Amino acid sequence: MESYLKHLDYSVVQQCMHCGMCLPTCPTYAATLKETSSPRGRIALMRAVADGKLEPNSPLFADEMYFCLGCLACMTACPAGVDYADLIEHARAEVERAGTLATPKRSLIRMLMLRWMFTSNARLKLLGWLLRFYEKSGLQWVVRRSGLLPKKLAELEALTPRIAPKFSEDLIAEREKPEGTVRYRVGMIPGCVQSLTFPDVNRDTVDCLLANGCEVFTPRGYACCGSLHGHNGELELSREMARRNIDLLPPGDFDAIIINAAGCGSHLKHYDRLLADDPRYADRAKEWSRKLKDVSEFLVEIGFRKPSSIQHPVSSIRLAYHEACHLCHGQKVSTQPKEILLAIPGVELVELPEATWCCGSAGIYNITQPDMSKQLLERKMKNIRFSGANLVASANPGCTIQLQAGGRLFGPEVEIVHPVTLLARAYRAG
Amino acid sequence: MSALLSLRYWHRGGSIHPWTGFPVSHIAILNRFMHSAWMTDAILQSLRAIVGAANVLTSKEELLAYSFDGTAMLQQLPGVVVFAENAQQIGAILKHANAEKIPVVTRGSGTGLSGGSVPVPDCIVLCTVKMNRILQADPGNLTMLVEPGVITQAVDLEAHKHGLFYPPDPGSMKISTIGGNVAENSGGLRGLKYGVTRDYVLGLEVVLPTGEMLRFGTKCAKDVAGYSLKDVFVGSEGTLGVITQVLLKLVPRPKSKQTMVATFNSMTDAAETVSDIIAHKIIPCTLEFLDRTTIGCVENFAKVGLPLDVEALLLMETDGHPAVVEEETRQMIALARQHNAKEVRVAKDAAEGEKLATARRSAFSALARVAPTTILEDATVPRSELATMIRFVEEVAKKYRLKIGTFGHMGDGNLHPTFLTDERDHEEIERVHKAFTEIFDKAIALGGTITGEHGVGIAKKEFLPKMVGEVGMEVYWRLKTAFDPNGILNPGKILGGRRDH
Repeated sequence: MESYLKHLDYSVVQQCMHCGMCLPTCPTYAATLKETSSPRGRIALMRAVADGKLEPNSPLFADEMYFCLGCLACMTACPAGVDYADLIEHARAEVERAGTLATPKRSLIRMLMLRWMFTSNARLKLLGWLLRFYEKSGLQWVVRRSGLLPKKLAELEALTPRIAPKFSEDLIAEREKPEGTVRYRVGMIPGCVQSLTFPDVNRDTVDCLLANGCEVFTPRGYACCGSLHGHNGELELSREMARRNIDLLPPGDFDAIIINAAGCGSHLKHYDRLLADDPRYADRAKEWSRKLKDVSEFLVEIGFRKPSSIQHPVSSIRLAYHEACHLCHGQKVSTQPKEILLAIPGVELVELPEATWCCGSAGIYNITQPDMSKQLLERKMKNIRFSGANLVASANPGCTIQLQAGGRLFGPEVEIVHPVTLLARAYRAG
Repeated sequence: MSALLSLRYWHRGGSIHPWTGFPVSHIAILNRFMHSAWMTDAILQSLRAIVGAANVLTSKEELLAYSFDGTAMLQQLPGVVVFAENAQQIGAILKHANAEKIPVVTRGSGTGLSGGSVPVPDCIVLCTVKMNRILQADPGNLTMLVEPGVITQAVDLEAHKHGLFYPPDPGSMKISTIGGNVAENSGGLRGLKYGVTRDYVLGLEVVLPTGEMLRFGTKCAKDVAGYSLKDVFVGSEGTLGVITQVLLKLVPRPKSKQTMVATFNSMTDAAETVSDIIAHKIIPCTLEFLDRTTIGCVENFAKVGLPLDVEALLLMETDGHPAVVEEETRQMIALARQHNAKEVRVAKDAAEGEKLATARRSAFSALARVAPTTILEDATVPRSELATMIRFVEEVAKKYRLKIGTFGHMGDGNLHPTFLTDERDHEEIERVHKAFTEIFDKAIALGGTITGEHGVGIAKKEFLPKMVGEVGMEVYWRLKTAFDPNGILNPGKILGGRRDH
């Protein structure tokens, strides 16, 4: 295989008829007004590479592929149905193969994070412990007060997620049964970041599933869905993670496989495409993709039980729903979370302007492209302030970390919750 | 592997397209124009001095992203892309280009459908998207003064704040620029009742190739001082001057609006419904139709609940005083039923109506779901000939064994027959060309036109002489030469290549 983009079915590239409908929905085009930083402009570059008219090692090509947030808003806007998600993954793989951006430092970080850290449950937990120690021991306090970190590193450090006192595995048994009859048998994917930073969201997810008659199996030893790898040009590694996860949660054993993190879900649902050429896994990957559901999508599908009351520290909840890109654009799941939120007594859903506009988290974008990310975050926080919300719901850990940082940086400092957390609280109260 | 690749990416490098006279292949032409002989360092230096280095794009990658617009099968690398931020800069750029005889192609958001903003070799692409200020909304005089890079929808949103309305709504209104709309005289879904862009342009500020600035038109509803130059510039496709300000006319926002969808088992029934509605002295703001293929594609994208088992669909909209809207809605439903409508669905609120209209606006792009290349035309005939024309288009498609999706503005006779093809299949593309030639000939014979709202650009210039005749072409040339003696502005558009003097 000499090139990812050339190997890609040409019809995927050709699908774009450059009508420009994507332009107004693209955050990087809005910021630059440059076609090169727009979906159709990027596709034109990919096509040029596929046609052999542009060298894959072009530095500007590499920059543009990573300047893209991968928010997939263009896919929602595209009447022609271009599979941009597939295109950008292949394009980034192309960039990595060409080694255009490779520096010793970048290669080392990539190797540590993508190959070493995010492939192993044990190593991720080790990372969690180290970060927890850093945060709890006072070391973080010292580092932040000392002002010793260079500006760029200090900005990065500010994004460090707060590691939870207990990890997901400490809060959830491998197999949990509901009271009464079992209506569905589901597998739950605990996620990597979610497990370490928001294990409560996983607990809440399991509780909501149990409350609706699901027997929940949460596998031990889960590492990562592979989206981090796929979105960063490591397609092979991404396939390896997919195979492992299919082995860990054989889709034949479950009625549905549940994920509560939008970014992971958007990727997990495409295992069928990812493993289409793998004779051993292709069939199981198809079944996997068919059964993979976002938690709100599944709850609405099975007709979730409406909670009867809620106890919450805020007496009147003016709730804004921030639509995670990979839920509304990546999975086209938009009405379901709102349906769940509206079912919670005492919740007033306020309109959030530009609710489907990226918050700048975008996987590791806030680390790789801090300037653009910050611009988007500021815009998002302005909209949250405008909405008058005193609570924000969001269904992606990346967004939650980003919005929490946004509250500290720009205000308003409102609590960011996952929709199932609110539902679980309501169930517990009533 | 390489044999396989050459099969999959089959291009005839540098070959000339029989239809457009432009190189066919995507990007194959790049190699020919990669290192521009024209775009010397000295020229680039002067451009940078005028607009600042950040506003001058020269890399291969950047030029690639500006090598096309919304038209199928047209691609050409420019020599350089320049963003202007004000009229003075445009004046300086044009003066310089005129002296050096460098072609200048003005471009907004690049959503045109006739190749009007596709670059010509070694040209300067002059991009106006950064000139996007709304300068003045004047509710007292019902006008708005805007820069050319303002997005069409932003004009209407601003008008809305004052209870006013800017009616022209081309399919790409969410991103198209007002400058581009004026240059192409864009239409939209409301042409029947409200007219097109031309009907809302009161005045313009333009820069001529000499760098001179010219203003014409006023806020006055009546103004007969001198030649109506604004009417010459509207629809001139960037061949006479560069628009730097537009003075727009606004109208009061209709108090009420109702959207309906009627479905039919035959296109003839739909066409007759439209004729009958007009015969009953009702002028709805929208009367759009989609054929079966188009309905399928639009529903696949927009998921608005359109039925998939019908031959034709009419999207109808009436607006105005609530009482009138109510009565017209009732009448239109009755007329549709009289003409065997299978079902008539009335939008339950404004949001649903807007959703349906938005779905219709996506029709052209949605057709790309079923074929790699979609070639769209906009032959237009007098309303009374519409049914004849639709039948003719179907026959032609059959004759040339082509897949076609047709939709368009039934109320104003503006059809969008769209051939669903593959640009890599050159034999089929030749049949497409033949089919279009017949369709255009027929449109002219029926007293219609080769383009209702997309403009001539590159895509239809071959057919223009048939429309306007020898004398007409000669007068066009004299007009062009009067404004642009050196032929630097969008050369090769509308009129074809340079005239031999």
